[in-house]
Amino acid sequence: MLLEVRDLHVEFRTRDGAAHAVNGVTYAVDAGETLAVLGESGSGKSVTAQAVMGILDTPPGRVTGGEIRFRDQDLLTLKEEEHRRIRGAGMAMIFQDALSALNPVLTVGDQLGEMFRVHRGTSRKDSRAKAIELMDRVRIPAAAQRVGDYPHQFSGGMRQRIMIAMALALEPDLIIADEPTTALDVTVQAQVMDLLAELRREYDMGLILITHDLGVVADVADKIAVMYAGRIVETAPVHELFKRPAHPYTKGLLESIPRLDHKGRELYAIKGLPPSLQAIPPGCAFNPRCPMARDVCRTDVPPLYEVSGERGSACHFWRECLDG
Amino acid sequence: MAEPARPAAPAEPAGPAEPVLEVTGLVKHYPLTQGILFKRQIGAVRAVDGVDFVLGRGETLGVVGESGCGKSTVAKLLCHLERPTAGTIRYRGEDVTRLSGRALKAVRRNIQMVFQDPYTSLNPRMTVGDIIGEPYEIHPEAAPKGDRRRKVRELLDVVGLNPEYVNRYPHQFSGGQRQRIGIARGLALRPEVIVADEPVSALDVSVQAQVINLLERLQREFELSYVFIAHDLSIVRHISDRVAVMYLGRIVETGTDTEIYDHPTHPYTQALLSAVPVPDPEARAHRDRIILTGDVPSPAAVPSGCRFRTRCFKARERCALEVPELAVPAEYRYAEGPVAHDSACLFAAERQNVR
Repeated sequence: MLLEVRDLHVEFRTRDGAAHAVNGVTYAVDAGETLAVLGESGSGKSVTAQAVMGILDTPPGRVTGGEIRFRDQDLLTLKEEEHRRIRGAGMAMIFQDALSALNPVLTVGDQLGEMFRVHRGTSRKDSRAKAIELMDRVRIPAAAQRVGDYPHQFSGGMRQRIMIAMALALEPDLIIADEPTTALDVTVQAQVMDLLAELRREYDMGLILITHDLGVVADVADKIAVMYAGRIVETAPVHELFKRPAHPYTKGLLESIPRLDHKGRELYAIKGLPPSLQAIPPGCAFNPRCPMARDVCRTDVPPLYEVSGERGSACHFWRECLDG
Repeated sequence: MAEPARPAAPAEPAGPAEPVLEVTGLVKHYPLTQGILFKRQIGAVRAVDGVDFVLGRGETLGVVGESGCGKSTVAKLLCHLERPTAGTIRYRGEDVTRLSGRALKAVRRNIQMVFQDPYTSLNPRMTVGDIIGEPYEIHPEAAPKGDRRRKVRELLDVVGLNPEYVNRYPHQFSGGQRQRIGIARGLALRPEVIVADEPVSALDVSVQAQVINLLERLQREFELSYVFIAHDLSIVRHISDRVAVMYLGRIVETGTDTEIYDHPTHPYTQALLSAVPVPDPEARAHRDRIILTGDVPSPAAVPSGCRFRTRCFKARERCALEVPELAVPAEYRYAEGPVAHDSACLFAAERQNVR
């Protein structure tokens, strides 16, 4: 297994007490595989990824338990220097907002070339050639002419390609993409997602795709982990999850998508709001919003039950959910 | 609610409803200038460049398009937040763009806006009661002073918020609740038309459905007409009676939701629909996706002829010379059924398996 996250806990110290952002997340990605982590804002999907990358803001954030194993090495026990080496060459991250992730006062050629100079000790001239090659790879037209341009001179889609180029530079085994196309228009989003999927195949990388968009998930993922209030509530191969969800939250999300035959009728809406991370309800965190909730849901935290070989659901009544 | 109702509309006849808004030849250009002392105009950003549509009573017109296509500028023009460079906006037959002073104020009451970002469109220093009641300060004739508090509480109730929250501040609410506050403010003056610019885009998936349901319920209850602007095509289809697709300042195709979504004839609409990720993994294999190359051109340098030609997979020489007009394409002029609708393409044609 390329990456295994086991029972990860992360909390943030705030004025109003500890915010429990991640409460026991377990997932794994293999080479050549795409895992989609699906969740709403505050579900802990990005914080988990930041912990894996080792870029969590500490303080106020703190990993309070669990393991992150990358090629059988626990990253949490590494020194910062060792972690940094892995971060450049072994795994890379693509951020949502390319304009704020890129340095506005350096040319894109300098920023791409920096990867090679710092990690490989390549000369300035060779780094520039490599930068042009990378820009070609992510299909930026006229790469040789544009290598000296600054980030603001590129369009949103092109900037996101530069982010992808930067992530690919050292040919990592794992890429974590945090909402990579959320800020883009639909037609450009399709271009960027296609490119990302193609490069993943070409380099046989593992990809963790963090998103809230069920459409994007259905398009590219092999398997899905659905997060809610810092926990994984369901994990399944993509086809099975869309066909027969085993958790009422997943089911609610799927049902709230506007469908043709629902036109003119009310949309299904999950009632209420996601909980505050400072006051997660006891028992199952979803219970106040759940149509199936019973007494046991208000007292006992459901473990991730094994539904079948590859599937898990953190619902006491997953069997009912699967059937109904 | 205690509010005396507006005279009830006659029972909906089959056929187009009585028009509330008629927009013709709407243009908004923002000048680009050069020089410090003597400003010379060196060009213009053609944000909206000739838009026509009619909005019927109780109808929802969905406007879709990518960023920079001018859809938000259209919204601002409708609400008179910007003055158009040319064109007319008729509200119940009266040209709003020529009005000023008291006459304008009276009309503006009837066209209200709901904004995209509930985090920046509510004043953080005002209580919810003051925010929702503010329209009454500007239009005192809408509610006598003593009655305002009661009206505000009623409005909170209508949008599904606890009337006890009237003294709270915006930061004490979640995104979905704030959007409800924005909607309550929009309703305060009992408008006939609500222009909603991306009203659910900033909300979480599980909350979006709640707000869409609310908007639909309010439409039935108050006979509202909506101009619903969004980039999420599935939500637009759900809520709209008719849809207009915009590209670079113009409507390129318009029709009923079935006409646009199931029988699009404009290549841009086809590409847009095919690019939307479908939440069904089974559809992955047999979808015929059209991946457009490049980005939307700048509205300051609009291509000649058809504006979409630089990214179009069907473009030919003629497209650079002729501006296609928004009308039923010649080959479908005598056709029956959903394929015969307005499409601004010289080579308009249906395409199979778009979705």
